[in-house]
Amino acid sequence: MNLHEKTIHELSSMLKAKEISSVEITESVLGRIDAVEDKVGGYISVAAESALEQAKVADEKIAAGESVSDICGIPVAVKDNICTNGIATTCASKMLETFVPPYDAFVSKKIKENGGVIVGKANMDEFAMGSSTETSYFKITKNPYDLTKVPGGSSGGSAAVVAADEAIFSLGSDTGGSIRQPASFCSVVGLKPTYGLVSRFGLVAFASSLDQIGPMTKDVTDCAIALNAIAGHDSMDSTSANIKLPDYKSALVNDVKGMKIGIPAEYMGEGIAPDVKTIILAAAKKYEEMGAIVEEFSLPMTDYALSAYYIISSAEASSNLARFDGIKYGYRTKEFEDLNDLYAKSRTEGFGSEVKRRIMLGTYALSSGYYDAYYKKAQQVRTLIKKSFNDAFAKYDLILSPAYPNTAFEIGGKISDAVQMYLGDICTVSVNIAGLPGIVVPAGFDTNGMPVGMQLIGKAFDEATLLRASYAFEQNTDYHTIRPTL
Amino acid sequence: MKVTTEQIKHVAELARLKLTDEEVKSLNMEAVIEFADKLSELDAEQIAPTNHVSDIYNVFREDVEVPSYDRDDILKNAPAKARGCVLVPKVVE
Repeated sequence: MNLHEKTIHELSSMLKAKEISSVEITESVLGRIDAVEDKVGGYISVAAESALEQAKVADEKIAAGESVSDICGIPVAVKDNICTNGIATTCASKMLETFVPPYDAFVSKKIKENGGVIVGKANMDEFAMGSSTETSYFKITKNPYDLTKVPGGSSGGSAAVVAADEAIFSLGSDTGGSIRQPASFCSVVGLKPTYGLVSRFGLVAFASSLDQIGPMTKDVTDCAIALNAIAGHDSMDSTSANIKLPDYKSALVNDVKGMKIGIPAEYMGEGIAPDVKTIILAAAKKYEEMGAIVEEFSLPMTDYALSAYYIISSAEASSNLARFDGIKYGYRTKEFEDLNDLYAKSRTEGFGSEVKRRIMLGTYALSSGYYDAYYKKAQQVRTLIKKSFNDAFAKYDLILSPAYPNTAFEIGGKISDAVQMYLGDICTVSVNIAGLPGIVVPAGFDTNGMPVGMQLIGKAFDEATLLRASYAFEQNTDYHTIRPTL
Repeated sequence: MKVTTEQIKHVAELARLKLTDEEVKSLNMEAVIEFADKLSELDAEQIAPTNHVSDIYNVFREDVEVPSYDRDDILKNAPAKARGCVLVPKVVE
């Protein structure tokens, strides 16, 4: 087995036993990128030189016998909306094409402090707005399981490079499903942590009350390891939770006896593809065999979650993206008459159409005369959605559901119909609205061989239970071992 | 609520976007706003809005000096600059 095919925990043991070096792993990953990136297109930029330097530093730490983190010496891809000091961070937008951050995001700093090796920046939907990675200004990323299909989005690059072994793990961001849906499409593990668990400092803001950074990995053990590396309080993010964190690796216990799991009927309705439904019900049965108690229940307000999500996230985006005015950084138009003309032309030429659509919806929802009917109403729905989850978690430890109504769709299949694209997010957006943690784990393949992930939703800051249930499922199934052939 | 092209153009102006008629058409804001209008079916009059899911509290710190970013590093990303400042078109006559 090639080094780039291995997991963090396998490589970390080999590194600590001095059987291999981080330079060898990094070279193996860079070689894999050379071999398959033309087909996959998961990266916006590859930082080969600085990666090899970081690998050398990691090797020196290990050789000196320092006690090192599990991610020390491990190559990681970082979504291109997460700032990396000295490496361009474009948000897949013409607006930020030449932006090179003079600082690291909190998570980039944590990766480096832990000895992780940043190999490149992953492709995404422009400003993380999309569900297919097709709105990227630079390129379209392909699904490694079928190159005619999308990898999902917006963290489609982060998912594809892990599935294609072009990185050992990656970081994504999730505002309404952007880690979990591509994890489902590409058969990787993707975790959207509780709002506040991982600092957003240095994450280019899309919708500040919904955004979270999380890991995308080849298995659940790696997910716990990566979460250990990036979670924690940060004074630079005023919404960062200042709480005592567990060692997430200690949550990896193959036992779900007595655990109560609810399946929301609203997430299994007629819009869900039969193959997906079958796979989620098979997962439920597997949990029952392992000793968990599984039952269906009703999660009210699901019908309104999508509209509330698109209003809240677009309103916050219209406010957050006001900073892109062509003045201090980012794209500036070449010709303009006055200051207002400079603002408008820079924004019109710098943003792609999906970003404009969201800014327009958000500005409309916040504008005089419409605020109460849209923005305030969506915030009221948010209260009701939060309550429906609170009621559910009074009865259940976890919620089990699909991550997406179907498997990966064709490139070009949905991009011309925005509303159709939005409707797909039905199983994921409520989790962000309520600020809860959600994980997606490989759970099977449809009749065409395309991956299906199952989603588990947990109580706020109860990532440990999510990881435990995911780990138990993984130990009793082998879907995560089935890799794409490229 | 049915939106008119005039309304859409007004919103574009508020958002500092210059949209051509063709772009206005392809953005299809009518459909997107109709999609958002689903909420009008729901009576939530008595429900308090939630702006933020986490508990909000003030975060204070001691007022001490800490090093900030280097000016030249920050200015590297400015589209136009001169003498240590960002260059902008004339704002005040």
